[in-house]
Amino acid sequence: MATKHRGSSLANSLDVERVRRDFPALTQKIHGHPLVYLDNAATTQKPNVVIDRLRKSYIEECANIHRGVYQLSERATASHEAAREKVRHFLGAEKISEIVFVRGTTEGINLVAQSYGRSHIGEGDEILITAMEHHSNIVPWQMLCQERGARLQVAPMDDNGDLILPEYEKLLSPRTKLVAFTYVSNALGTVNPVKAMIEAAHRQGAVVLVDAAQAVPHCELDVQELDCDFLVFSGHKIYGPTGIGVLYGKHRFLTAMPPWQGGGDMIMSVTFEKTTYAPPPAKFEAGTPDINGAIALGTAIDYIESFGMPAIERYEAELLAYAESALTKLPGLRLIGRPKHRAGAVSFMLGDIHPHDVGTVLDRYGVAIRAGHHCAQPTMKRMGVPGTARASFAFYNKPEEVDTLVACLAETQKVFRS
Amino acid sequence: MNELDDLYQEVILDHQRNPRNFARLPTANHQAEGANPLCGDHVTVYLDVKDGVIRDISFQGEGCAIAKASASMMTSVVKGKSLAEASETFKQFHQMVTGGQEPCFDLEALGKLAAFSGVSAFPVRVKCASLAWHTLNAAMHESEPAAVPPTILGEIGKNAGKNTEK
Repeated sequence: MATKHRGSSLANSLDVERVRRDFPALTQKIHGHPLVYLDNAATTQKPNVVIDRLRKSYIEECANIHRGVYQLSERATASHEAAREKVRHFLGAEKISEIVFVRGTTEGINLVAQSYGRSHIGEGDEILITAMEHHSNIVPWQMLCQERGARLQVAPMDDNGDLILPEYEKLLSPRTKLVAFTYVSNALGTVNPVKAMIEAAHRQGAVVLVDAAQAVPHCELDVQELDCDFLVFSGHKIYGPTGIGVLYGKHRFLTAMPPWQGGGDMIMSVTFEKTTYAPPPAKFEAGTPDINGAIALGTAIDYIESFGMPAIERYEAELLAYAESALTKLPGLRLIGRPKHRAGAVSFMLGDIHPHDVGTVLDRYGVAIRAGHHCAQPTMKRMGVPGTARASFAFYNKPEEVDTLVACLAETQKVFRS
Repeated sequence: MNELDDLYQEVILDHQRNPRNFARLPTANHQAEGANPLCGDHVTVYLDVKDGVIRDISFQGEGCAIAKASASMMTSVVKGKSLAEASETFKQFHQMVTGGQEPCFDLEALGKLAAFSGVSAFPVRVKCASLAWHTLNAAMHESEPAAVPPTILGEIGKNAGKNTEK
């Protein structure tokens, strides 16, 4: 091992071995080595309680919701709506009707762009994003701007990967109708000063959407305290199933917004002449939703809350600091992005070895990391690299795994004789 | 870690560090661009073709060691070959790196391209090794109508489920 871990001091805040026992995927071997899963920003592994809940739902309450008069359907509806309440509580939203289930972060952003955007953004208006957005928080706004004749503005970041707040504030004007930014950068791990960004946007009368896909797994947050108008996240990045995500929207916005998809479940009454829509959230949930996905997301939230976000945050902060320092000690390794506040991920280059080659070698040692542009090509361009290798953490990761990562990176250098 | 050494052979690392024919070709009369949108790798292949023979060839682009070395070695192998010979070499190379059920390729005929035989043990890297070749193929057929932009997404489908895990 290239470095010595300090597992005992980390274990004080959270019993990581106990956590790991909840995740059956973590006991796998990959190419004969124990799996070291460090691609949690892409998706997280699932705890037994979530897997079991999915199975239970399909056995004991498999029915469509909001329509059946029989017991199975009543059970499914109750569980589905109980999950919505768990999400409301988790986000600190005021009303349960402010929680819309969607497929994931991407769909949530598209919903706001299509529904709020198309009815509120016009020619000459501006939409402000930042230089560190995931493609999912760039492309829907580009499409909207193209359609409506609006302009997309981009707030810059510095060489460390931190947003330049004064530049962001300068770009805000009465023309700015909507501001959309990520809470935590998926590519660099930067935590943005979201509270200040939201306040500044509101001072100019702009509506704010926060992409919290990378924040929700790592940071305790409260939508009322943030005062954001919309917030989106994906269930699969917080130990829930894929295919389910959440759009939070302030009640007055969701009420005023037109539906974006038509179909069953989103109506009050339908005639061939006129359809009246259901109030939110049903207005935005046309068709049979991912019922069991939502239910299991509720279970994932219960699971997280059994530890408490503050404990998870403390543990992850120590783990991340350890990872950053261990990686920095490896000669030839260069961190990409050194933000003031970091959560979740560390991006790096190993000499001039291409990140994909790093990823391939690590995989042979059972270490799973992400290599490439992380669906954030403009971020890569800004940092002057074609892509990076990225290790991203969950609270089931342990310092020993950081040591394995660093040792395998040293092996990678040997393969490349660099 | 034999498979890793097979993949990253010295000759591959050499071509990656010192890519041959790595420039724009002023005399090019055919060219094509290829990209892998999933990983961001991209390559442009330039050809100077006369009387059905590749008189000169070069490439530019960015990618991993496998993609860059493959492009470099490809240019040095097909230079001077007829278009038909280049197509045949591509076919053989493709057989080798995809490593089908009964791969039918002539390792000897592939010569130094045999260095890429280790790729077949890494299904997700097949697209890296073949990107330049698909792009060469597109450049050779550039004058034909309705040329589909080269995409390597097909490779991924072909290798789906072919897990190398033991």
